[in-house]
Amino acid sequence: MSGTWATVLVVGVATVAIKGAGPVFAAGRQLPPRTARVLGLLAPALLAALVATNAFADGESLALDERGAGLLAGGVAVLLRAPLLMVVVIAAATAAGLRALT
Amino acid sequence: MRGLVLHTATSLIGSMPESRRKRIPRWRAYRDGARAVLPLLPAVLAFGVSFGVLAKAAGMGAVASLVMSATTFAGSAQFAAVSVLGAGGTVAAAIGAAVLLNGRYGPMALAAADAFRGGPLRRLLEAQLLVDESWALSNRGGRFDRRVLLGAGALLYVGWNAGTALGVFAGDSLADPATLGLDAAFPALFLALLAPLLRSARAAAAALLGAGIALLLTPITPAGVPVIAATAGCLVGLARPHPLLAAARADRGDAQRTLAQEVSP
Repeated sequence: MSGTWATVLVVGVATVAIKGAGPVFAAGRQLPPRTARVLGLLAPALLAALVATNAFADGESLALDERGAGLLAGGVAVLLRAPLLMVVVIAAATAAGLRALT
Repeated sequence: MRGLVLHTATSLIGSMPESRRKRIPRWRAYRDGARAVLPLLPAVLAFGVSFGVLAKAAGMGAVASLVMSATTFAGSAQFAAVSVLGAGGTVAAAIGAAVLLNGRYGPMALAAADAFRGGPLRRLLEAQLLVDESWALSNRGGRFDRRVLLGAGALLYVGWNAGTALGVFAGDSLADPATLGLDAAFPALFLALLAPLLRSARAAAAALLGAGIALLLTPITPAGVPVIAATAGCLVGLARPHPLLAAARADRGDAQRTLAQEVSP
C-alpha cells in the first residue's frame, strides 16, 4: 500500500517538474534562430512518433492489428480533407467493426 | 528582433501566419481549444474509466487512483505504472516506466515555453494542462496559442478525472473502450494534426525520422524511450538552410525576399 502511494507521489511530482521546467526557466528568453528552427520541427517528429507508437506498439513489441486498419481509414479521411471529428470517428468505427467481425 | 527571429522560424517551417490569432477575442480562443478537443472527449472519458478499472484491479485503492489522475494527468504513464505494480513489479520499476513515458513533456513544454504568462507559479500550474492533444492542437507552426492549449487541456483534465472516478466506482458495468475502437482514435487524431505540418521538406524529414526511430526502438527499449528518442528527428533543422530553402523562400515572396535573393546562387 505504501508502495502505491510512493509511486503516485513520486510520479506526480516528477511529472509536474517535467512539464513545468521549460515554461518556468526558459520563458522569455530569446532563442537563437537555429534553436528555434530545431524546436519548430519537434512537432512533426513527435506527432509522427505518437502516430507510430499509438498504432503499432503493443507494450514493448510491434503489432499490426485493428488500430493499424483504423489509422489507414483515418489517413484516407485526412487525404480527403475530412474534419477532425470525422477522421477520429472513421478510425474508431473501422477498428470497432473489424473487432466485431473477428 | 524577436518578432523577426520568430517570423523567420515560422516561414522556414512553412506554417500558419501568426497574425491570425490577434484578431480573435480572448474568450473565444479558450472556447476554440475546448471545442477542438471535443471529438476526443468520449475516448478520453473511456480511457479514464479503463484506468480506474485497471487501478482498482491492481489493488491501488480509490483515493490513490483519483490522486494519480489529478496530479499526473497523463494516460500512458499512469497505465504503465499501474500495470507494473499490478504485475508485481517493484515501485522503482513503476516510477521509472512512468517518468520515462512522461519525459517527452520536457521538450514539448520547452517548445511551448514562450506561450505561458505570469509568474513562475502560474506558469508551473498552467503548464500542467499540457498533454499530447492540447499541445498538438495549440501548435501554430512552432508558436503555441496559450488559450487554445489551456481550453483544450482543461476539458481533457475534466474528462480524464471524471472517467477515472467513473471507472473506480462504477467500472464493472461499463464497456471496454477497445470494443468501441476508441484506442484507434488516438493515432488517427495525431495523424490529422500532423498532416498540415508536412508542407516543407524539413518537416517531412523530421516526421519520417521521428516515426522511424520510434518504431525501430519499440521492440528493444523500455516503453517511453521510443517517443523521447524520436525527438531527435527535429535535428534535421540543423542542416544548413540554403541554397534550396533560400530559393523557396524567395518564391514565397515574403518579407525576406530581398535577403533571400541576395544569398541564393
